[in-house]
This record gives sequence, C-alpha cells and structure tokens, in this order.
Amino acid sequence: MRLLRHVVLALAFAVGLAVSTTSGASATDVNAAVAANFTQVATTLAAAFEKATGNHVNLSFGATGTLYTQITQGGPFDVFLSADDKRTGTAIKDGVGVDGTEFTYAVGKVALYSPAIDVTDGVAVLKADAFQHIAIADPKAAPYGAAAMAVFDKLGLTAAVTPKIVTGENITQTQQFVDSGNAELGFVALSQVIGKPATQVWLPPQEDYPAIRQNAVLLKHGADNQAARDFLAFLKSDAGVAAIKAAGYEVE
Amino acid sequence: MLTSTDLASPISLTLGLAAVTTIVLLLIGTPLAWWLARTESRWREAVATLVAMPLVLPPTVIGFYLLIALGPNGPGGALAGLWGARTLAFSFGGLVIGSIVYSLPFMVQPIRVALEAVGEEPIEAAMTLGAHRLQSFLRVAAPLARSGFFTGVILTFAHTVGEFGVVLMIGGNIPGQTKVLSISIYDFVERGEWASAHWLSLGMVAFAFVVVTATMLADRRFGRVTG
Repeated sequence: MRLLRHVVLALAFAVGLAVSTTSGASATDVNAAVAANFTQVATTLAAAFEKATGNHVNLSFGATGTLYTQITQGGPFDVFLSADDKRTGTAIKDGVGVDGTEFTYAVGKVALYSPAIDVTDGVAVLKADAFQHIAIADPKAAPYGAAAMAVFDKLGLTAAVTPKIVTGENITQTQQFVDSGNAELGFVALSQVIGKPATQVWLPPQEDYPAIRQNAVLLKHGADNQAARDFLAFLKSDAGVAAIKAAGYEVE
Repeated sequence: MLTSTDLASPISLTLGLAAVTTIVLLLIGTPLAWWLARTESRWREAVATLVAMPLVLPPTVIGFYLLIALGPNGPGGALAGLWGARTLAFSFGGLVIGSIVYSLPFMVQPIRVALEAVGEEPIEAAMTLGAHRLQSFLRVAAPLARSGFFTGVILTFAHTVGEFGVVLMIGGNIPGQTKVLSISIYDFVERGEWASAHWLSLGMVAFAFVVVTATMLADRRFGRVTG
C-alpha cells in the first residue's frame, strides 16, 4: 500500500513537472495597467494580440494616477499605458519602469460631448452658458481635464464655467455623469464617443490645448516577460496603429 | 503643499455633512427603531432587512443607483425641478440623501436593540400609571435605552465622516460643496501629492482614534443604567 502511494505521488510529480516546463512554451499572460480613456481600443488590441500570438492580456483600467500609485506599491503589472507623457518618465525615474522602453503610443483628442444639447457649434454652446453642470476629468491629474480647462481659457470662459464644473474620478466616470443626464455636457476623450451622432460631439481645434501625448512603458515586473515586450511592439505595428487611429487617436 | 484652504473647506464640509446626517437620522431612525422593536406586524423582518441592506451593499452600488435616482430621470430630478435645478447630484443636499441611505442601519440597529432590551414591563407599568404612548417612550423607554442612542449617534457620525464610495459616485468633487475629506485625500494620491495625502490621512486616523476612545469612555460613564 505504501509503495503504491509513493509510486502514484512520484508519477503525479513527474507529470506536473513535465506540464509546467512545457507550458512555458505556450501562452504567457501579460498584465497591463491602462488609462481609462484607452479602454475600448485596448480591449480590441488585446483580442487581436491574443489571436495573433496566443498570449492573453489582462487589462486593468483606471485613472492614470491610481494605476501609477498601485504600480509603485508593487502592483503586478508588466506594462503601463499612461494617459500622459509624464508618469511613464516618472516610472523609470522611480525605478519601476525599464529604461529605453518608453514611447508614445497615441496622441489623444479631447471632445465636447452632449446627448442632450446639439453641440455642432461647440463654441456657441459654451458661450451661451445654458447648462447647469459640465463634467470634466480632474485637470491636475488628467491631461483630458487639463485640455478642457485650456479650451475654456482660450474662449475666455473659465470664470463663467468654473462654478458649473463637476469632475469625475476618471474619464469614464466623467462620461457617466453626462450619460446619466446629471451633467448636460462634458469633455471626454474622442475615442469614448467616436460612434456617436455628429450633433453630440464637438472637436475643439487641436492648437487650443496642449497635445495629449500618451506614453507606454515596460515595467520592471514584466522585464523578463517576452509577451509583454511583444504587446508593446504590437502597439507600434501596422495592425496596432490602424486600430488606434480608427478609435480617434493620432499616432506619431 | 497643503494650504489652509485645502484643509478648511473639506474639513468643515465633512463635519457639516456628518452632523446634518446624524441629526436627520436621529429624527427618522428613532420612530423606525421603536416600531421595529415593538411591532408584531408580519412586515417587521422585511423592513428590518431593508434597513440592514446598506451594511452589505458595496457603496458603489448604492452610489450608482443614487446617481440614477437623483438625476433628471429619477425622483431626485423631479424634486430638484421645484427650484429650477435638473438634478440632486453634485450638491450638498444630494450628499445628505446619500449619507442617510448609507448610514441608516448604523442609527437604527443600535437603537432598536437597546429598545428591545428595555422590554415590556417598564412601558406597561408606565401605562398603568396613566402615561400615553409618547410619554412612555420619552420618559421611560428612551432613557433606559440611552446607550443605544449614544452608540447610534457616534457610529452614524463616524461612518459618515469616513464615507467615500457614495460621495465619489454622486458628488462631482466640487470644492466647497461636495469635496469632502476622503475625496480630498484620494485626489492628492491621484495627483502624486503624497505629502498632503499623508497629513490628511494621519489626521483622520487620529480623529477616528479619539472618537472611538471617547465613545468607550462615555459609554462607561453615561451609558450604563444603574440602580
């Protein structure tokens, strides 16, 4: 009886060992921390990447600041897709990002969105001031929020609009405030509203706000993860660039 | 750096919200607790369950449904229309409503338990001596149950001070109106201003410590019914 038990255990161990070593050749997971504005595109890209390589990408969406805090506190992320071009540099400086892997994966556009008011002439709508609440992302933390404030400044409306501003925790919540009707309009990323009717979306001229360059970086946690490097390379590939452009971003 | 304006507004807003919520809940929670403690109705446990729901529901669920209910498509929007507003979200009033829902069980449960512990005899004795229902409550049951009231008030106040998820969902982060302490701290973390986040957080920890200690000491001194 005891011999049999030992034989079974040894066999199980051997099988387990064989499986675990051969599975190194099959799928590896990539854990990606992704800025909320890139949610839809990232989902599309991850699916395409998995189809092409068999590697699965676990996407965690959130506000860049929140994600960054988690990363510096040991969050198990392999790659970081920021909403700005600052926090990837900070990641490298703080020792959690891999030097030399930082690049701009998308240049974002901010859009004024309203399902309730016709914003074809966005300037007129903003100047008319006929709304009670306008939703933006936090200007100090999110580049899309800073872009919104820049547009207000350019139109000379900052003082008039500021009492009506409500900020979302991230750009997705900003859109939720508008979609739930609580705010009549809001500034979100173009990629979030790209399918909407033309009367619901107004694009301010790009020279009116600082360019929203969104950078990606490989994190130390994923330094030895070849699939993670491959995913970042996929963002720069023809297929990746096409998907990013189709979602309303520009690519440098 | 943390300026006095960074501090003063969220602190007074947080304390104000907690105070208003506590007072309102004391007024509406007491009759509810009294009913739950004394009724024989078959709806009793159903109502008790509804009261206890905010204990188990994630604040984001409460906040999500509140966002819809307070908005232009819900009863909140209809109410707000009375004074020309579109929604009750993004306002101090909206936060009070959210906090009432969120902290309801923290007021009702302790009072209910304390009132149940009073039992039938003192109230029946008061009634045989000619007291009507309100008198028997105010002058007999409530004083006997005062530790429950005490606990309810302290818990509700402290719970509302710590509220985050609900405020995040319906507040809109407006300085001076809905930007409470917990949101302030979260913002500082988001922006990478960790020194300010540390100061505020340590302050809240100290506050919590003082509140809990005071509660325990006061309960020892005033809460026990002797003699």
